[in-house]
Amino acid sequence: MPRYFTEDHEWVDVDGTAATVGITDYAQVQLGDVVFVELPAAGKALSKGEPCAVVESVKAASDVYAPVSGTVTAGNDALEADPALVNSAAEGAAAGGGWFFKLTLSDSGELDGLMDAASYAAFVGGL
Amino acid sequence: MGRFSGPDAVPASCPRMLQMTDNSHPEDGPEIETLALPLDAWHRAKGARMVAFAGYHMPIHYDGIMAEHLWVRENAGLFDVSHMGQLQLIGEGAASALEAIVPGDISALKPGRMRYSLLLGEDGGILDDLMITNTGHHLYIVVNGAVKHDDIAYLYDALPETVTINYDEDAALLALQGPKAAGALARLVPDVAALVFMQAGPFMWGGVPLGISRSGYTGEDGFEISVGAEHVVALADALCAMDEVKPIGLGARDSLRLEAGLPLYGHDLDARIDPVEGDLSFAISKRRREEGGFAGAARILGHLSDGAPTKRVGFTVDGRQPVREGAEIYHEQQHVGTVTSGGFAPSLGAPIAMGYVASGFAALGTKLEADVRGKRIGLTVTAMPFIPHNYVRKNNQ
Repeated sequence: MPRYFTEDHEWVDVDGTAATVGITDYAQVQLGDVVFVELPAAGKALSKGEPCAVVESVKAASDVYAPVSGTVTAGNDALEADPALVNSAAEGAAAGGGWFFKLTLSDSGELDGLMDAASYAAFVGGL
Repeated sequence: MGRFSGPDAVPASCPRMLQMTDNSHPEDGPEIETLALPLDAWHRAKGARMVAFAGYHMPIHYDGIMAEHLWVRENAGLFDVSHMGQLQLIGEGAASALEAIVPGDISALKPGRMRYSLLLGEDGGILDDLMITNTGHHLYIVVNGAVKHDDIAYLYDALPETVTINYDEDAALLALQGPKAAGALARLVPDVAALVFMQAGPFMWGGVPLGISRSGYTGEDGFEISVGAEHVVALADALCAMDEVKPIGLGARDSLRLEAGLPLYGHDLDARIDPVEGDLSFAISKRRREEGGFAGAARILGHLSDGAPTKRVGFTVDGRQPVREGAEIYHEQQHVGTVTSGGFAPSLGAPIAMGYVASGFAALGTKLEADVRGKRIGLTVTAMPFIPHNYVRKNNQ
């Protein structure tokens, strides 16, 4: 299953038109201890680039942007009780991971503009 | 004390996800070169993330704010607060002259004692909060780093020529805080065990003179240590060589002081706010209440007797989402105040805040709401400190 990355430090796993979104390990290191995550509700339609979630660490609140357009199908309820999952498993897309939400893609063509793991690693290396 | 400009921790190289509401408070005023403090290289070698604060490169954290915060509540943490201004007022009558611009009874301050006080503008607004120590020879004053140059200029104007003002730019200042601080420091300087909260004195560590007070900004027992810049690396190394001592950054300093209910100048206090509004009436000594004779006395004494229109209070916060500085506070549809500090309290595992509300909404238990990006979050006015202070007021020796 391919994983794509944005310059805003989100990752998105894609399986057909089903996608899972989270923030990268680099992002969680920059944010520090995550204490709260606000997720979009199931059914919400997102446009690529729009703010769709909020992640709050001890030191700051940050927006998370929709890496692709689509309709939210589920949020990661585990983050409500244990927001520190974002620190311990930022890039975990399975149960017990720190993924944020799942959505159904509305335009797979948008994936072409995203980075693969090697490109993202090079991008982060240049920051 | 110690202005912590909130986490300017997000590097400029970080794209927008990490930039939006990062709770940062860039210093006002013209851009000037950010300076290095004596421990700069030491912090970097310890793995600190450095940020610009009060004109200096300073460590915001080493291991992470949460871990550092909890370490201080259980062990001992070493803070570099060398950005703060260390001043000496020398000369006959310095104490009584200073009383024109602070509301404390400085004349009655005995040698070896210190007092928290407030530098007042003409209208009674708070220009800074500060610690004043009578060394027996002079008054030693510690002021906030971000406003120290303004403070010095104000003191020059306000004090008579018979009082000399020295700004000790070459002194570093460390704070060692936490329940294990006394044991750790006593291994280097055994005589500090004799100090209790708000006492200070001169000590020697080997051949190095130290000015040590039993005071701090975390709510824990602890010490503040003035040391010459040429010795501060050796002292920091000697302290951090002990298992119970770790270096702690500004991030945890801010969360610790918030839990302790202590205001941060420039955020919870500023020149528009007087001591009564700031809930700092304890700093107005009995004699000064009776005699007045300090800047803004009419306003301040009026607020003491009749009540102030607004008051600084603490809040518990419903749910887990932090309510941060700048959030507006409502009672139903009525705007009644503003949050001035807020965040997640690591020792409580919950968000807390402090801020100003109209006096009619300041009673303990009052239910209010904060607006956080369009969402209302419930607040309850709560007594501070949020975590009991752990000061050593009596010597058990």
